Amino acid sequence: MLELRVARRIGPLDLRVELSLDNETVLLAGPNGAGKSSLLRLLLGVARPEAGRIVLDRTVLFDAGLGIDLPPEERGLAYVPQDYALFPHLDVLGNATFGLSALDRRERIRRATSWLERLGAGHLLARYPSGLSGGERQRVALVRALARTPRALLLDEPFASLDPIARQELRGSLAGWLREWRLPALVVSHDPSDVALADRIAVIEGGRLVQQGTLEELRRAPGSGFVAGLIEATPR
Amino acid sequence: MRSGRPSAWDAAQHAASAILVSFLLLPVAALLLTLSWDDFIAGLHNPILFPALRLSLLTTCTSLGLVVGLGSLLAWRIARRPGRLSRWMEAITQLPAVIPPAVAGVGLLLAFGRRGLLGSFLAGHGIAPAFTTPAVVMAEAFVSAPFFVQAAIAAFRRVDENLLVVARTLGASPFRAFLRVGLPLAAPGLLAGAAMSWARSVGEFGATLLFAGNLTGRTQTLPLAVYAAMESDLRAAQVLSLVMVALAFALLLVLRHFGPGATWPGPEVRGA
Repeated sequence: MLELRVARRIGPLDLRVELSLDNETVLLAGPNGAGKSSLLRLLLGVARPEAGRIVLDRTVLFDAGLGIDLPPEERGLAYVPQDYALFPHLDVLGNATFGLSALDRRERIRRATSWLERLGAGHLLARYPSGLSGGERQRVALVRALARTPRALLLDEPFASLDPIARQELRGSLAGWLREWRLPALVVSHDPSDVALADRIAVIEGGRLVQQGTLEELRRAPGSGFVAGLIEATPR
Repeated sequence: MRSGRPSAWDAAQHAASAILVSFLLLPVAALLLTLSWDDFIAGLHNPILFPALRLSLLTTCTSLGLVVGLGSLLAWRIARRPGRLSRWMEAITQLPAVIPPAVAGVGLLLAFGRRGLLGSFLAGHGIAPAFTTPAVVMAEAFVSAPFFVQAAIAAFRRVDENLLVVARTLGASPFRAFLRVGLPLAAPGLLAGAAMSWARSVGEFGATLLFAGNLTGRTQTLPLAVYAAMESDLRAAQVLSLVMVALAFALLLVLRHFGPGATWPGPEVRGA
């Protein structure tokens, strides 16, 4: 379970968000500049909240009062950014094993190839990111993130750099994988079609969480114009 | 549309190109063409050549090691932590590039000479670098550091921050993220910067002369040997100059390989 209560002023944005995720997928939606990506940076530990507390499975990742602030490498969070950020100088196997340095070489390769095969990317081992399609990159980025057995998954606009056909295909695959993995997953998106991925939707506007609930709950009583627009644009 | 006859603008470009390229090539060609084979062999046997070559290689490689070692960490800090302090540090590291080398020599002497700002303290502890081989290394490091640091800052700034963030979430400490992501991705720029920095230190003359002197075998590098040979044996000066041209040519080949736009390693890198 991931519980966060954070506050941070970033330029004109006063970000104050309280949110908790069970082993479920929450879609974090909101207009541009609402603070979605800033919230991810606070969660990851690359930016520091001014106040608040972040707890993941009873481990305190951040507590302003107690002076706890774990570095990103100790948080157990997997992160897949919008452009997937595959390491361009490493081949697919090098990318997939990057986070497994604590294991011996044979176990590293075994675990990475097993994940690559599971996500349909087993044939890409020796390829470099520059030679992969957008969909292949996304699969490799997911493998790299998941091979470490993270305790929560953060995805930033997971389909933004894909063409419409690959987007539709991978959205279906990702929805299935997320259901299978059952770990707290926060998916940042402003694409209404991504609602299909989520168990719940949390909407952030102007740095504040304006509404959260299932699609049906939001549809029954949209809390703002943005939420109403999001629901209206969501494919039924 | 191109007409059949060259325009005045085309003619001006051709003329300017011919004048400048000829002007840049002629002195190098003169070094090669005005030396007979016998004179070349005789010049090679001049006793100042090999000590100067050996000293130049030793001191420039040492200064390059210092500049690359310290400069990489400084450049990483400046590139990854933007702010007022970084801007100041960047400006300071560029200072030696615009200071005349002779002024740099006077400055080094006033800082590290026996009565210098830090030199008097060092002398009290039995360390007096002025007019020794370490002074040559210091002079070369001083004048060449900006070339590497500037190239390294630019190379490190081109490393996408998201790659470093992802590396950290994958368990890499800040140092490991630097070593396994920042350094390899910036390698072509670092190599180009190191080559430029080395070229500058090989050619260093003024600061070395004032701070280290011109002592054969101890502080007389190739450019100082050329200067010394000019007074006694022009052939030796010419041969020494050709040795430096050969080094510069080798360096140009390195720069062409690792210059701007080069990627690392072989496979094409496309905004991943």
